[in-house]
Amino acid sequence: LKIEDTQPETHAFPWFGMDIGGTLVKLVYFEPVDITAEEEQEEVENLKSIRRYLTSNVAYGKTGVRDVHLELRNLTMCGRTGNLHFIRFPTQAMPRFIQMGRDKNFSSLHTTLCATGGGAYKFENDFRTMADLELLKLDELDCLIRGLLYIDRVGFNGHPECYYFQNPSDPNSCVKKPCNLDNHFPMLLVNIGSGVSILAVYSENNYKRVTGTSLGGGTFLGLCCLLTGCETFEEALEMASKGDSTNVDKLVKDIYGGDYERFGLQGSAVASSFGHMMCKEKRDSISKEDLARATLITITNNIGSIARMCAVNEKIERVVFVGNFLRINTVSTKLLAYAMDFWSKGQLRALFLEHEGYFGAVGALMELLKTSEDL
Amino acid sequence: MAECGRVDSNTSSHTMDKSITLPPDEIFRNMENAKRFAIDIGGSLTKLAYYSTVQHKVAKVRSFDHSTKEAAGDKLYEIAVQEEVTARLHFIKFENAYIETCLDFIKDHLVNTETKVIKATGGGAHKFKELIERKLGLKVDKEDEMTCLIKGCNFVLKNIPHEAFVYAKHADSEFRFQTTNPDIFPYLLVNIGSGVSIVKVESEDKFERIGGSSIGGGTFWGLGALLTKTKRFDELLQLASKGQHSSVDMLVKDIYGGSYACLGLTGDLIASSFGKSATADKEFSDEDMAKSLLHMISNDIGQLACLYAKLHNLSRVYFGGFFIRGHPVTMHTITYSINFFTKGEVQALFLRHEGYLGAIGAFLKGAEEDNPNQYSWGENYAGSSGLMSVSPDMNPMQRARSGTFPFDMLEMDRLDRQLVNLPLLQDPSSYIPDTVDLTEDAQAREYWLSCFEEALDGVVKRAVASQPDIPEAAERAEKFRQKYLHKLQTLRHQPFAYGSLTVRSLLDTREHCLNEFNFPDPYSKIKERENDIALKYYEKAVKSLEELSWEDRQFALVRGVLAGNVFDWGAKAVSEVLESNPEFGFEEAKRRLEDRPWLVDSFDQWLERLKGPPHRCALFFVDNSGVDIILGVMPFVRELLSRGTEVVLASNSGPALNDVTNSELQILTERIAAMDPVIDSALREDRLTLVQNGSSSPCLDLSRLDKVLAMLVRERQTDLVIIEGMGRAIHTNYYAMLSCESLKMAVIKNSWLADRLGGKLFSVVFKYEVPAGAGKPH
Repeated sequence: LKIEDTQPETHAFPWFGMDIGGTLVKLVYFEPVDITAEEEQEEVENLKSIRRYLTSNVAYGKTGVRDVHLELRNLTMCGRTGNLHFIRFPTQAMPRFIQMGRDKNFSSLHTTLCATGGGAYKFENDFRTMADLELLKLDELDCLIRGLLYIDRVGFNGHPECYYFQNPSDPNSCVKKPCNLDNHFPMLLVNIGSGVSILAVYSENNYKRVTGTSLGGGTFLGLCCLLTGCETFEEALEMASKGDSTNVDKLVKDIYGGDYERFGLQGSAVASSFGHMMCKEKRDSISKEDLARATLITITNNIGSIARMCAVNEKIERVVFVGNFLRINTVSTKLLAYAMDFWSKGQLRALFLEHEGYFGAVGALMELLKTSEDL
Repeated sequence: MAECGRVDSNTSSHTMDKSITLPPDEIFRNMENAKRFAIDIGGSLTKLAYYSTVQHKVAKVRSFDHSTKEAAGDKLYEIAVQEEVTARLHFIKFENAYIETCLDFIKDHLVNTETKVIKATGGGAHKFKELIERKLGLKVDKEDEMTCLIKGCNFVLKNIPHEAFVYAKHADSEFRFQTTNPDIFPYLLVNIGSGVSIVKVESEDKFERIGGSSIGGGTFWGLGALLTKTKRFDELLQLASKGQHSSVDMLVKDIYGGSYACLGLTGDLIASSFGKSATADKEFSDEDMAKSLLHMISNDIGQLACLYAKLHNLSRVYFGGFFIRGHPVTMHTITYSINFFTKGEVQALFLRHEGYLGAIGAFLKGAEEDNPNQYSWGENYAGSSGLMSVSPDMNPMQRARSGTFPFDMLEMDRLDRQLVNLPLLQDPSSYIPDTVDLTEDAQAREYWLSCFEEALDGVVKRAVASQPDIPEAAERAEKFRQKYLHKLQTLRHQPFAYGSLTVRSLLDTREHCLNEFNFPDPYSKIKERENDIALKYYEKAVKSLEELSWEDRQFALVRGVLAGNVFDWGAKAVSEVLESNPEFGFEEAKRRLEDRPWLVDSFDQWLERLKGPPHRCALFFVDNSGVDIILGVMPFVRELLSRGTEVVLASNSGPALNDVTNSELQILTERIAAMDPVIDSALREDRLTLVQNGSSSPCLDLSRLDKVLAMLVRERQTDLVIIEGMGRAIHTNYYAMLSCESLKMAVIKNSWLADRLGGKLFSVVFKYEVPAGAGKPH
């Protein structure tokens, strides 16, 4: 942990933050653009090659992707100016990633690899034995909050990081609106990855995990794969965008012929997710797209419902949804915005962030920089 | 949403068999007098409710007119077996496939023509509306499903002891029944039909659907049918019970390699349901997917229920709906989920008669003019099938082969009296009448079941002998034997069938079965004879007591009560002696009593207490007729009266074994009053009062007592409760905590029980207790 021979003013490059989740690995990489000629000369060759490899590609291997649209340009961190890159790849590819670390002789760079997420624990030994790398393991919720607050503070290349939906109850006039997340606290932070964690955040260092649910992004994708034979999140979402969930779900009006007035339930509300699938004729008449849509709606509504109950129980009005389940998933973000607004009669507001799933990795990077500042 | 609208094509796999003949003795009983019908048709089961009256033989005791006493000869009183009409609620549950057969049967047997309407509820009610109206000629009147459900729920919670239970799969007994809390509100009802409704119930008429979820039984069924080759709900549950969810779900340890210790999340916790099916390129077994699905849905419902319970600050949460109904698998997963999310603060509660709630509620809606809520009702053990009588796991083909179709019944008798708590219970909500829970104590269960089985011959003989002039009595007695034997066998396999199994419930079941076959009072003749003999000795007994010194007399009085209590036909050891040696006398009984110090002996404290000021009023729960009441209890009562203590004698409302009934006691007391001026004046001055306890059981449930008794106890400022006999003071109430002084007296007339308590046959329990915190009375 103590790296005596580094320069006191700054931490040695490369700067990485890594978040190894159940499904995806999120990697942020700080590319310095203010390198002096002197530095350039001293820079070892494999450090250069790493930088070149990461910044000149947008895809790595078969499954790694750089989210170019999320890149933060000319960012100043720890006195250095550079670009922050956002890269993800499936956790399944972790062994190959570690292999690469060995091949590129990463251990010779004497950098600390800050990692969070469950994989930091699960793969710690593999890093050590295969690549001679020691991980600095960090708590994922600490990182999530720190990263989120940081990105919100620096903004998204001059624009706000945060957004919400105006008129969430009206599909025709519902529009995405940027906003500032000032007065952050308290907020209910709902992180939807493979599973879901719900945190009540009162300040940067004061938060609690309220609850969680196992019905998350992993459930959506897992069920979609089983039900439709699709293989990727993108594919599943594409199918869902074309389907009609009311062929699959049983609505209030399917049971009561209209609204269930005694309890103020609209006829269009879902009474039983997949309820029509109890019946053979209905099972035979639906499409894969319908199934994907129903799965998406079911999971999203459920998360919305639990989040809303938590917000009420914790007396928090602002609900911030993050996590990679929301990536390219406007069906879910709009549905969450609607659900918060409708069921709370306008009391709750759903907020979203552009860098959805990367805050843990950003938080891990900040821990690295904090480590060097402390020295 | 309460119930799934309709079942898919699998109903066709067991289409109706018109050749089925219904056994009228067993199903749709008392249809001749039936009125007020209600029906609840769910996705797969129909529940029918009706009100009927039952003609019962009851033993009426009539005193001879005193003025013509001479003419009546030696006879003490007259026992006449009369017909009495009592009200009964019938509930029957059967599969929808048999609905037409059942309607035909009802039409053929229905005599009452006043009935014009049938109340209907449940998702399937509209589907069968036309059929019902055509077959029965009754107008179908639809009632709101949720309203019926809540009404039914309130009714069973109030009227059926041990209605609610906690389910614990790995415990000694899977079912832990809850004691009846007199205050049932507020509670949360989570009804898991095809979707989930979460309802907060605050009072009889006030309830609110505070939330719900679309992920419910329909989701399990629908997704299960899509993911696996199994299409039936029950079979999907069976499939799930065989699976391993960890091959499909992503667990915390799959992500962390172990636990996520700093959050206290264990490695086995599910991080993402179906999380592995997104990444692993392998096939999953149907069992594993069904299991994963079951966990996902149960956990989700449990979590929401907990969030709502917390928000509304409710700790009683009942679960029902077809997802739960009698399925140990879902009761287990829901219980697990609730325990996890509330860390044990909230218990998941289930109901024995959950399947009947809608039908009961619909019935009550239609019967409002009869004010059914004004009465107390009791579960009839003879006519009710008990929990899990029809295994939900049984294959429909298997069922079809069994001849008739499977059905489940619940019968409830309207009690003549309204039943309430004894106001002197220290904590009514934690009061448990029974000393040993045979559901949990396997050894005791085995003993008592065998004991009751062995005693059956004697009971049958006694029953036949009690009706010497009725030729078909033997045949009826045989039917009784079969019925009770069947109950005992059921209880051997399913001790939880009627709530906690106890000696009391075994005794009560026997009484219910005897009544069912019109043996209302098999001991009437014996009781009469013994009362008669004992009366002859009363004056002598009192005289000899009066000759004793005060202190000797106090001891002799207690010994008298104890010796009297030896005369008990309900106890095996004694009934054998009484049968073989009719001369067995009071003195002989005294000799058999254990010498002091007794097994439980607080006589010295009692004696000390008697040296102090008299009690204001003593409530005495009496036991047997004959020697017990006349030579044991009455002299003791006489002494209390002489001390200036008022006495309330509480005896059974109806017959049970040789226990003295209230009507018998009225006559006996009059006779004693004629001989004894102390009793006579006390009666006339209202210092001695006879009341009925509201029960016909050899045991005593202090939470279900006649309202009049409770009022009297309050009015008289009762400060001493005396409970006598094995049934009332040992099998029940041995540990009952009262808020005033109490005296429990009994002779242990069962060697096994004596062993258990560390004593021997004819050991004495004399337990005098002063509630903690009460100052010494003097």
